[in-house]
Amino acid sequence: MSTSDSSPPSAPPSTPAGAPPGRRGLIAFSWVWVGAPLAYGLYELVRKATQLFTG
Amino acid sequence: MSPPIAPPGWSRWLVPPAALSVHLSIGQAYAWSVFKPPLESALDLSGTQSALPFQLGIVMLGLSAAFGGTLVERNGPRWAMTVALICFSSGFLLSALGAATEQYWLIVFGYGFVGGIGLGIGYISPVSTLIKWFPDRPGMATGIAIMGFGGGALIASPWSAQMLESFGSDSSGIALAFLVHGLSYAVFMLLGVLLVRVPRSEKPVASAPSAYEGVQVSARNAVRTPQFWCLWIILCMNVTAGIGILEKAAPMITDFFADTSTPVSASAAAGFVALLSAANMAGRIVWSSTSDLVGRKNIYRLYLGAGALMYALIAWVGDSSKPLFIVCALVILSFYGGGFATIPAYLKDLFGTYQVGAIHGRLLTAWSTAGVLGPLIVNWIADRQEEAGKSGEALYGTSLIIMIGLLVIGFVANELVRPVHARHHVPAPKEAADVHERQQSA
Repeated sequence: MSTSDSSPPSAPPSTPAGAPPGRRGLIAFSWVWVGAPLAYGLYELVRKATQLFTG
Repeated sequence: MSPPIAPPGWSRWLVPPAALSVHLSIGQAYAWSVFKPPLESALDLSGTQSALPFQLGIVMLGLSAAFGGTLVERNGPRWAMTVALICFSSGFLLSALGAATEQYWLIVFGYGFVGGIGLGIGYISPVSTLIKWFPDRPGMATGIAIMGFGGGALIASPWSAQMLESFGSDSSGIALAFLVHGLSYAVFMLLGVLLVRVPRSEKPVASAPSAYEGVQVSARNAVRTPQFWCLWIILCMNVTAGIGILEKAAPMITDFFADTSTPVSASAAAGFVALLSAANMAGRIVWSSTSDLVGRKNIYRLYLGAGALMYALIAWVGDSSKPLFIVCALVILSFYGGGFATIPAYLKDLFGTYQVGAIHGRLLTAWSTAGVLGPLIVNWIADRQEEAGKSGEALYGTSLIIMIGLLVIGFVANELVRPVHARHHVPAPKEAADVHERQQSA
C-alpha cells in the first residue's frame, strides 16, 4: 500500500496540506525545531554582513 | 538494523527537517576556528596544531563517506543518523575530557577522528532517502539538506563564541563548552533519528514518477564509468574555484583595494566574509531547486561557464570597481554552494536511486582533494607574488587565471557527460527474474 492510498483524493498525503491532522502538528514542530536555530544563525549573519556597508 | 518504513499517511515533508537536524549539527565543523585562539592560549599550541582536529575531521569525513556509503545504503538512514549522532556527540565529549585533563591528543582524536566519522556518515545519511521521497524534485530536496551543512556554521559560530565568553577561555571553560556542544547536538540530531523513514512504495506521491524509474547502477559499477569521473572532475574544479575565494576572502578584499581611495577596513572585510557565507548557503537551495526545472547539465554549464566569466571580470576590472568585485564574488560563492547541492541529483539522473548514497559518498573524495588544492593554489601564489615585491590586486592575478582554467576544465568534463552504457546497469527485478528463468531452462 502506498502512502498516497490513505489520503483524501483531493490532496496527496505527501504534502503538508494533505497530511492527516495528527501529522500536521508534527510537521510544524519539526520545521520549527530546525528553523529556530537557523533563524538565529541568519540573524547573526545579517548583523555581521551589514559591517561591509557601515564598517 | 532494517530501514524504517513509513507508516501509511506519513508525510514526505517530515524528511527534510530530519535531514536538516543532522546537517545543521555537523555543519558546526566549519566553525571550528572559534575554538582555535582559546585552545592556543590555554594549551600553549601553535596555529598549525590547533587546526589539527578540523583537518583530521575533514579527512575522516571524506574517508567515512567513501568507505561507509555502502553500509549506509544497506542499513538505511536511521542507522546512519544514529551512527552520526553517536560519533559526532562522542567526539565533543572526548574533547571535553581532553580539555579538562589538558590532553590535547584526546581532542584531536575525539573531535577529528571519532567526530569526523560522524561528519562523513551524517553527510550522506539523508541523501538517498530524500531522493526516494522527492523523485519529482530531487534537486530541491537534497538542496535543503546540503544547505543545512552551510547553515550549521552560521549557528555554531556565534553560539560557540557566546558560550566561551560565558564559561571562560581557560581549559575548564573550553571543556564545559565542548560538553554542552556534545549534549546539545545529541538532542538536536535525535529528531532526525526519530523522524526519518523510507517510503513504503516506489511512488511516494501519485503525481510523481517512480523513484526507481530509469537506469539503476550499483556503486561498484558506477566508479568504473567515465560519467563518475567526469562528475568527480566537475565537483573538484567547482569546489576548488569556490574555496580559492572563500579561503582568503578577508585578506583578498583588503589587499585588492589597499592602494585605492576607498580601502576596506577589517570589520568591512568580516562583513564581506559573512555575505559570502550567505551566498554559499542561498546558492545551495536556489540553484539546486532550479536544476529540477532546467536540467542538471545546464545548471553546471551555468556554474562553470558563468563562474569562469565572473573570475575573468574580477581579473579584468581589477580594483576599479568594488561593487562589481563583491557581486562577482557572491555569484561565484553561490555557484560553489549550488555545485555541492546539485551533485546528488546529477548522480541520481545518471545512476538511478539504487545506490545513489554510496556513489555520492565515493564522489566526496573530490571535495577532500579540492579542500587541499584550492587554498594551496591561492596561498602559494600570493606568497610568491609577495616575495617578488608585488602588492594589492597583483597578488591574486595569477590565481584568478588558474581558477578560470580549472572552471573551463570542469565545463569540458560536463560537456562529456553522456548516459551510462547499458552494460553497467543493474537488471530490473523482472529482467533479473527472466534471465534466471532462461538460465534454469537452459
